[in-house]
Amino acid sequence: MRLGLTPAFLVKIVSSVVLIPARSVHKSELVKMKLLTHNMLTSKSMKGVTVGYPLGINVVDIKVTEVDFNPEFISRIIPKLDWSVLWKAADTIGQLDDLPKELSQEYENDNDFLKKVHHVLLEVDIVNGELVCPETGRKFPINNGIPNMLLNEDEV
Amino acid sequence: MNQAGKRYLLWFAQEHVEFRFQEINSLLTAFNITMDFIEKPTDLQPYWMVKFASEQDAKKITQRSVLLRSCIELWGHSNSVDGLHEMMKKFPEHLMEPHLDEDKSFKIEVETFCKHFTQQEKVDKIEVFEYLPYKGPVKLKDPDTCLQYIEYYGVDPNAPPESPYRVFFGRWIASGLRQLIKYLSLKTRKFIGNTSMDAQLSLLMANQAQIRNGDLVLDPFVGTGSLLVAAAQFGGYVLGSDIDYLMLHARTRPSRITQQVRDDDEGVKANMMQYNLEKHYLDVLVNDCSIPFWRDNLMFDAIITDPPYGIRESTEKIGTSKVNCKISEDHLKTHIPAKVEYSLSTVYFDLLNFSAKHLKMGGRLVCWFPIFRDDYSEDDLPRHPCMKLEANSEQVLTKHTSRRLLTYEKIAEYDNCEDVENTIKDFRYKYYETREESRQERRSRKAELRAKGRLEAERRKVTKLSE
Repeated sequence: MRLGLTPAFLVKIVSSVVLIPARSVHKSELVKMKLLTHNMLTSKSMKGVTVGYPLGINVVDIKVTEVDFNPEFISRIIPKLDWSVLWKAADTIGQLDDLPKELSQEYENDNDFLKKVHHVLLEVDIVNGELVCPETGRKFPINNGIPNMLLNEDEV
Repeated sequence: MNQAGKRYLLWFAQEHVEFRFQEINSLLTAFNITMDFIEKPTDLQPYWMVKFASEQDAKKITQRSVLLRSCIELWGHSNSVDGLHEMMKKFPEHLMEPHLDEDKSFKIEVETFCKHFTQQEKVDKIEVFEYLPYKGPVKLKDPDTCLQYIEYYGVDPNAPPESPYRVFFGRWIASGLRQLIKYLSLKTRKFIGNTSMDAQLSLLMANQAQIRNGDLVLDPFVGTGSLLVAAAQFGGYVLGSDIDYLMLHARTRPSRITQQVRDDDEGVKANMMQYNLEKHYLDVLVNDCSIPFWRDNLMFDAIITDPPYGIRESTEKIGTSKVNCKISEDHLKTHIPAKVEYSLSTVYFDLLNFSAKHLKMGGRLVCWFPIFRDDYSEDDLPRHPCMKLEANSEQVLTKHTSRRLLTYEKIAEYDNCEDVENTIKDFRYKYYETREESRQERRSRKAELRAKGRLEAERRKVTKLSE
């Protein structure tokens, strides 16, 4: 019975499929990791590692994209950050852009400062590279912008 | 009659009925709003008659609710149609006037619950309201004032009574998020998997978690990111992790029957971009969540997740039963880590422990938990001394199984809770133990059915040809 289908009928089936109105995304838009995430990750659970923080960054290339600025989010995320680690990471990848080394006291009302933090946290992306355990040198590759933190069974 | 302006009718969609109290309660505490019942609602009725301190409050709750269809300022209600009209004729005009003035266009909408009427019948029902002191023009599209007339015929569509049990009349204030459910539907979602959570339940979970603008939200079993879409919709900034490398890289088999291969640009981020939420997307990572890798003092505002139950998605963690296992240098580059069974009870035990450690004080963990309906007891739910169970309601899946949406709130600082005992029952083991037929039996039964169907189709074809 199946063989009896004419090609014209097949075309009909295909055309009746609902098209997904998702906008087509260029692959390069998807493949990046943020410094904010780097600030939160450790390798503390590896065998023989005690602190595992901060992870080193080997960058192959970075990309800067504009992202909508939300001062509320930035001022709420700052207390969750390890500021010196962020500062150093931004320095490593050459995106420091006169970000102060010390966190000022009244940053919540300092819009220029919040914008700088916003830039470093959300607009700068690591496209390709790896994160490195500071104690063992174990490398965690960033593939297509998704860091692979999976350990092997002999490392846990 | 001063209080008349403060009475509201909350009109719900007749879906996920058990989640109503949970959702509205979460929103009330999130916005710090009080609401009183004028009349205690019964389980199935789609309306609540309530009091709010202000219209602003009623609006806030309604506009954020997934289960609410609309909220109206209640002008009158009665057990009979005549009773309502009597009441409305006596309704103080100065309360209606501001909404029915010369410069205010208006319309009246008729809704009948559980009984169908023709358009003409509905128009007839509207005509009766002729006595209203309106001065403005009628406008059917986007009027300044929308009045709603609702007749409620009970919840049994097979035997609606002659006349309605209840009738309501009032002014429309706000609508719920029913449209958003359609907008975020999985049917049109770029990247979905076999166990993606539907839009309505995802939004409901985000409401349970009280997500608001600027929150840092984590889903440790992110999958295709359906929960994160909902969280981002409410202003959350989202992070996800999953042990499934192929899933996060969108290289698993497509779940759509019409799709042969996954598109090149699928992924959690692609979903965010589809709904213009990419500014709320932080990152997703491949990781085994049984192995802590977040910085110790990192605090999330909310954790929403749907862990694998071990039925449709397997529960696994990195590990091996080999003693002194060592991966040789040669294999290291392409080695895929070995995984061992991660029992369901441990998954939940770890999840609660993780949340107790990494949630801010007052932050919420919202997750599903599969159970057996026959021997369900609230005592068997996952527990943690730092986490208070705030809400718990059931979604029935099969005759014997269901899952419960659990909402926990962090109420105490995490401090050496390591000696907490794991008493969570294992669902998976029992699922396979007690179900009526094994996978093998089910497979052969289905195959038999298919064979029978094929035979019949053949036979029909033969008789058709011979005719």
